[in-house]
Amino acid sequence: MSKILLEIQGLRKQYGTLEVLKGVDCTMREGEVISIIGSSGSGKTTMLRCINMLEEFQGGHIRLAGEEIGYDHAGATRKRKSEKDIARQRAMTGMAFQQFNLFPHMTALQNVMLGLLKVKKMPRDEAHAIAEKWLDRVGLAGRGGHYPGQLSGGQQQRVAIARAIAMAPQLMLFDEVTSALDPELVGEVLQVIKGLAAADGMSMLLVTHEMRFAYDVSTRVIFMNQGVICEEGDPKEMFVNPKTERLAEFLKTSSFT
Amino acid sequence: MGYTLNFAAVWRSFDQLLEGLMLSLGLAVVAILIGALIGLLVAFALIARSGWARRPAAAYVTVIRNLPILVLVLFAYFALPQMGVRLGKIESFVAVLAIYSGAYLAEVFRAGLLSIPRGLTEAGLAIGLTPMQIRTSIIAPLMFRNVLPSLSSTIISLFKDTSLAAAIAVPELTFEARKINVESFRVIETWIVASGLYVATCSLIAALMRFAERRLAVPR
Repeated sequence: MSKILLEIQGLRKQYGTLEVLKGVDCTMREGEVISIIGSSGSGKTTMLRCINMLEEFQGGHIRLAGEEIGYDHAGATRKRKSEKDIARQRAMTGMAFQQFNLFPHMTALQNVMLGLLKVKKMPRDEAHAIAEKWLDRVGLAGRGGHYPGQLSGGQQQRVAIARAIAMAPQLMLFDEVTSALDPELVGEVLQVIKGLAAADGMSMLLVTHEMRFAYDVSTRVIFMNQGVICEEGDPKEMFVNPKTERLAEFLKTSSFT
Repeated sequence: MGYTLNFAAVWRSFDQLLEGLMLSLGLAVVAILIGALIGLLVAFALIARSGWARRPAAAYVTVIRNLPILVLVLFAYFALPQMGVRLGKIESFVAVLAIYSGAYLAEVFRAGLLSIPRGLTEAGLAIGLTPMQIRTSIIAPLMFRNVLPSLSSTIISLFKDTSLAAAIAVPELTFEARKINVESFRVIETWIVASGLYVATCSLIAALMRFAERRLAVPR
């Protein structure tokens, strides 16, 4: 079995008095593709965002490649790591967002190059070559000079994926990356993700509402409900024979076709 | 009215007016550049989560925007020396106009910052940029593009405020015009020409700003 990549223990997160994560435990190995499903408000996006510290969390541990994420622990107390350390840890993961979040004043190529230049401090020509390579990989060869406003939603999302993956992260996080897309553009984005999973063996954690996609691509599925992991396992098994009533109910209401 | 316009005296002193105009422009450029730097820092402070950054910034903007600039000019030139701070006429005026522009530009920039979606900051964080890198590479360039249209009128208005330097005898355009007026008695002609110079300069600034807006517009 491959090495453990991500370990989440007793993860707790609250907004004011509202508890959104109530002790999440999860282990992920290198090369796994895990889909997180569940109804809205179940905490799946929040869990994803804790992994790269876009959300702070109040309790528990997240370890990525053996490194404690976000906080230094000393006995019962803990301290948030320095901004510089957190930035470095964030670069260990890549993230694609529901709203793409491309930098609108930069071309597709500049979007992909920014992190390589500023975070990895790469020479310009090297960054340029890597950015071109990944734009090519997501099917956008020749579109590098286009600005986000000149691209379709599906193309923008593929640039955003290239931007994240060009940084050579150890883990890719996908946060409902097809939810903001017109239905006819969903396929091209899912195709790219499938390709990355198959050809590059990329470790991926995906929050998704695309049940068919979760079924086809994931090595494992996690079903979250009310801030905890309610059920997890092989999608071929889970989707056909849900063990919990909650999952059975969820699958009934979601469009698994 | 048996008055005949005669511009001869004004034309003879036209060089003086132009020199005045150049000084007006110089005062405005230096003060606005310093003011823009102040404004940028204050704008980021205004939207900061920490009250330690926000409160002094808000106090600065409130105080300066509620004072007539002429009062500030006179205070800096006449009152500060009594308190041991001695500045030349020009330095004193530039300092006042810089502090004054800082407050106005801070408000313009703040509005521009608020219109930038939070998601862009998160995307920057997610690739490992530090908050400072995000400010310089993403937020500030976008904010600047957002505010160009409203920046134009603020800059024009600040340029016109240089005329108040005449109150402390800085030889800018208004001061020179008053001098020619007194020496030549050609009151109407002098102020027509001075006004023409102000209008022409402001139109030029507006045209330059529109040009910058078009050049920097994000293609779509």
